[in-house]
Amino acid sequence: MKYAISAVVLAALLAGCAQQPAKEAAIEDRTAPARTVEPAAVQPLVQTQGLAGSDASGTALAGSPVAPPKNAPGPLGQRVIYFDYDSAAIRNEYRPVLEAHAGFLKANARAKVNLEGHADERGSPDYNIALGQRRADSVRKAMQLLGAADERMEAVSFGEEKPAVQGHDEAAWSKNRRVEIRYDGEN
Amino acid sequence: MVIRIVARCIVLCLALLAVPAGASMTIEIVGGGANRIPIAVVPFEAPAGALNPAEVIGADLQRSGLFRLIDSQDVRPLPSEPQQVSFPVWRGRGSDALVIGQVIAQAGNRYEVRFRLFDVVKGQQLLGMSYTVPAQNLRLVAHKIADAVYEKLTGEPGVFSTRIAYVLKRGGRFELQVADVDGHNAVTIAASPEPLMSPAWSPDGSRLAYVSFEDKKPVVYVQNIFDGKRRAVARFRGSNSAPAWSPDGRRLAVVLSKDASSQIYLIDLEGGAPQRLMASSGLDTEPAFSPDGRWLYFTSDRGGSPQIYRVPVEGGAAQRLTFEGGYNVSPALAPDGRTMAYLHRRDGRFLVAVMDLTSGQSRVLTDTDHDESPSFAPNGRMILYATRVGNQGMLATVSVDGQVKQRLSQSGDLREPAWAPLRSQ
Repeated sequence: MKYAISAVVLAALLAGCAQQPAKEAAIEDRTAPARTVEPAAVQPLVQTQGLAGSDASGTALAGSPVAPPKNAPGPLGQRVIYFDYDSAAIRNEYRPVLEAHAGFLKANARAKVNLEGHADERGSPDYNIALGQRRADSVRKAMQLLGAADERMEAVSFGEEKPAVQGHDEAAWSKNRRVEIRYDGEN
Repeated sequence: MVIRIVARCIVLCLALLAVPAGASMTIEIVGGGANRIPIAVVPFEAPAGALNPAEVIGADLQRSGLFRLIDSQDVRPLPSEPQQVSFPVWRGRGSDALVIGQVIAQAGNRYEVRFRLFDVVKGQQLLGMSYTVPAQNLRLVAHKIADAVYEKLTGEPGVFSTRIAYVLKRGGRFELQVADVDGHNAVTIAASPEPLMSPAWSPDGSRLAYVSFEDKKPVVYVQNIFDGKRRAVARFRGSNSAPAWSPDGRRLAVVLSKDASSQIYLIDLEGGAPQRLMASSGLDTEPAFSPDGRWLYFTSDRGGSPQIYRVPVEGGAAQRLTFEGGYNVSPALAPDGRTMAYLHRRDGRFLVAVMDLTSGQSRVLTDTDHDESPSFAPNGRMILYATRVGNQGMLATVSVDGQVKQRLSQSGDLREPAWAPLRSQ
């Protein structure tokens, strides 16, 4: 029953009226040392600390991460949602995908997802971060309405920085406007 | 003949040595000013093996598009001191101005560099200066001399001794580099297999704020370019992007998605919680302070399409500035605060435009197709931006009058340029 009501709300979301009042998010301010960036000085007056070598961050040991296999049959094996130009509206065809992943999160209390929004390369890189973020937030809100716990989803954006397909035409762009569903612990 | 080839090899080798970060940048001038000042820059009297400042000075002035170099090769004897200058010779060659100088070796691998600038028509000295520097700063002194000559003859500060920051993507790796504005002395200050973007200079030129994806999400860092030390200044839930410095260097405007999708916040670098500037119905991003610190310019799609707005930093109503076309983004303010550069979409092309903020008049400056990330030179005369030619990402500059254009390229994709403020050292 509750599910049915959610489905109605989701339908409204899918239709594009995605302006949900935002929820207060927990502030996450980890100060773990960097893993991969190696700063260096313009003028080598001062020795730069080798952050690359001083890796003390590591990953959590609380059991192995929980994720459905990437080749799972059906919509659970589908991890990418594509979008129209300058749009964050979730097309109807992706509803089974969101239902499957929301269902997995509900059934597995330790599972966490990162929803990674992307944009095509056209226009401003910073504005494209915001566009990718809106897509990721749109997926997060839809999955929340389908019963997934908000605190186990993080919506982030890569903007135009990580295209799935190289190329400078609509064929490439349409594959790059996307949200990728990535479970914690996956590459 | 053999000697000439050897000499050329030495010059090449020196050029390679000067670029520790690898392949050097190529600068191509694709347009010049209409009225270029004819100037002769005579090779300085210099010890063999030392960089001759005249080469750097001449290249700087020529690249600005405002000067035309007069050949001095066959003038004998080449003057290096005032009493050796014969003005009729230089008038006869059509030169309006003349630069001469000397490099004198001193103890401890230091050099004294002297130069004089003459008005050839009047036969008068306009400038004369002496600098004493360690050997590795000869190139910087040459840029400083070019700055002084430029300022004396055009009335505006030169920017040849300034730096730029940009992101170089090569071999699947992202490098945040800082280089002299002529592409020399490029140094990688951060390298990552994940994207780096949005470098922004602190007003004193000592630090860069930028965005790194090393945690599989955008996080804003501030890094000191001299000692390489850095810290995360915005690492909140969701995305952290688009840093911009306040003119006093004490605050950053950033875009966070922790409360709602892409909103602008102010962060005090001394500490404290981020302060949300507005509650926008749309997405807000690309904050940029006015040079007087009173306004924050930004991009928002609150009106249905991305347009540029501004809002008083101390609070108040936002005001829309762009109306022409459905895509106007990436505001950048000139140092005098009177002109705004931005990105404008027209017929599917992304072009750099400028708006006179007093009159509201705007004009497109570029004729490339895929422009991004405009940034003003600290003298306000040029705009540096990223563009793409074929499949190659490169940097380009255009003068605010649209006359002088250059392209800067190197192997790999160049993106996200930011022009540093004037150096004091």
